[in-house]
Amino acid sequence: MKLYQYGDNVDTDVIIPARHLNDPDPKALASHCMEDIDPAFASTVEAGDIIVGGANFGCGSSREHAPLAIQSCGVKCVIARSFARIFYRNAINIGFPILECPEAVDGISAGDTVDVDFATGTITDETAGKSWQAAPFPAFIDGIIRSGGLLNSLKARGVAK
Amino acid sequence: MGMTMTQKILAKHAGVEAVRAGQLIEAKLDLVLGNDITTPVAITEFEKAGLTQVFDRDRIAIVLDHSTPCKDIKSAQLCAQARSFARRFDITHFYDVGQVGIEHALLPEKGLTAPGEVIIGADSHTCTYGALGAFSTGVGSTDMAAGMATGLAWFKVPAAIRVVLTGKLPPYVGGKDVVLHLIGLIGVDGALYQSLEFAGEGVAELTMDDRFTISNMAIEAGAKNGIFPVDEQTRAYLKDRVDRPWEAFEADPDAVYDREVVIDLSALRPTVALPHLPSNTRTVDEAAGMGVQQVVIGSCTNGRLKDLAEAAAILAGRKVRDGVRCIVIPATQQIYMDAMKAGYIETFITSGCAVSTPTCGPCLGGHMGVLADGERCVSTTNRNFVGRMGPVSSEIILASPAVAAASAVAGAIIDPASLS
Repeated sequence: MKLYQYGDNVDTDVIIPARHLNDPDPKALASHCMEDIDPAFASTVEAGDIIVGGANFGCGSSREHAPLAIQSCGVKCVIARSFARIFYRNAINIGFPILECPEAVDGISAGDTVDVDFATGTITDETAGKSWQAAPFPAFIDGIIRSGGLLNSLKARGVAK
Repeated sequence: MGMTMTQKILAKHAGVEAVRAGQLIEAKLDLVLGNDITTPVAITEFEKAGLTQVFDRDRIAIVLDHSTPCKDIKSAQLCAQARSFARRFDITHFYDVGQVGIEHALLPEKGLTAPGEVIIGADSHTCTYGALGAFSTGVGSTDMAAGMATGLAWFKVPAAIRVVLTGKLPPYVGGKDVVLHLIGLIGVDGALYQSLEFAGEGVAELTMDDRFTISNMAIEAGAKNGIFPVDEQTRAYLKDRVDRPWEAFEADPDAVYDREVVIDLSALRPTVALPHLPSNTRTVDEAAGMGVQQVVIGSCTNGRLKDLAEAAAILAGRKVRDGVRCIVIPATQQIYMDAMKAGYIETFITSGCAVSTPTCGPCLGGHMGVLADGERCVSTTNRNFVGRMGPVSSEIILASPAVAAASAVAGAIIDPASLS
């Protein structure tokens, strides 16, 4: 796995520029992911890679295309100091794992091998031999993720027809 | 423990007596909104999940405003998908080219948003309706799909920042300057997961158009919503627009706020945000002299009649400087007609502006004013992120309509009061 590290306020315009929103096919979105902040990202990212961001990751527009683009690249999860709220709920609603953990963001160095246990929220930096605990999701949100996203959970409850 | 205005609205819609910050609730929705970029993704999710019913065809608004009139084939396909869905479910509030306006100017104008309501929209600037004392917030396409199917959405009840406004606005200072100043003070994540609740005697100094501008940009401080109390101006705005019953909520006297920010309106200067964050604010005096190649006056933030009136007052009898392209976009057809009757459109064209049909176009670098390498635009829009309006080397300075219009005349950032 590889790490992609970014600073604070990574906005949805750099995650997926609006000029590419006219084709919401996940594969098309993936091919332009991070284009305006890291032009090499889309051609080098592989399944299982992890993005580490700073504060307010995913700020800006409500475009669900942003977490969708990252998810479609095969990225395993995003670890950040904090997430912008619409990006946060969009990731949950599409069942894409995100972890809020400032200590891990500070502790992880470029090139480290990092593993994440989603069941426990434990982030392990195998290179540095350290691990951190991300804040667990409340049961309600955990239920959405476990159902495979919001619509599946609403269908399972029988409220969406 | 008392509740904030937002918390009281959410409690009512969740069917409970009281809520507290941090609590997860499911609330009933009064309106679900989407545009031509987010609705197609919602439709795809709706259909993929095998859903076959919408909760209420009268409580869904689909507004084709972002890439319209369609800029390319792919955008046209997305609009066709939204159009077909709107027909299939006989969506009452479907707005297409000819009737469409920029969603956050259009919905209040049509009376689709009222105090005390809970509104979600698959567009981050859905927080605009807080100006009317509604709880409204931006969500993604899956939330839109779920909202259309169930009339419900989940929320984490927000804590709040109380923003107390005092004093009176000086000349050439308006809602845009107030909100840019606030974002400069607290930062782009200064209100993350929180409500901005506006209060104080200064609220009465703000026109409804000023309040729409301020609530609109709450998201640029990371806020979930930005809400104003309901007063006589609100009631006057709603008269002849909203005929269904609505309820004005007030914060409890003992409501708990995370913090309080006081802004003395009388001390504000025209304010701009330099590249590449809305929090990178300066007074117009500090930014004066920065050259510009393009000016955009419009958007869900500043495309309303008061905004056009301010710009027209500056441009009347003056010319847009050679080498500057000034694009004016009335936010709705009604605003366009009102501006025409008031003579503003003639002023704009005479002074050398391009005037466009309502569209979000240039704000997000879609069309109708995309920048080239190294170009700088003064824009009354809401975001100046890297690459927002063009290539990564282009720049956006956010400003009020008065500063934008004056800068179009000068060819550089200038205090409107110092225009000769």
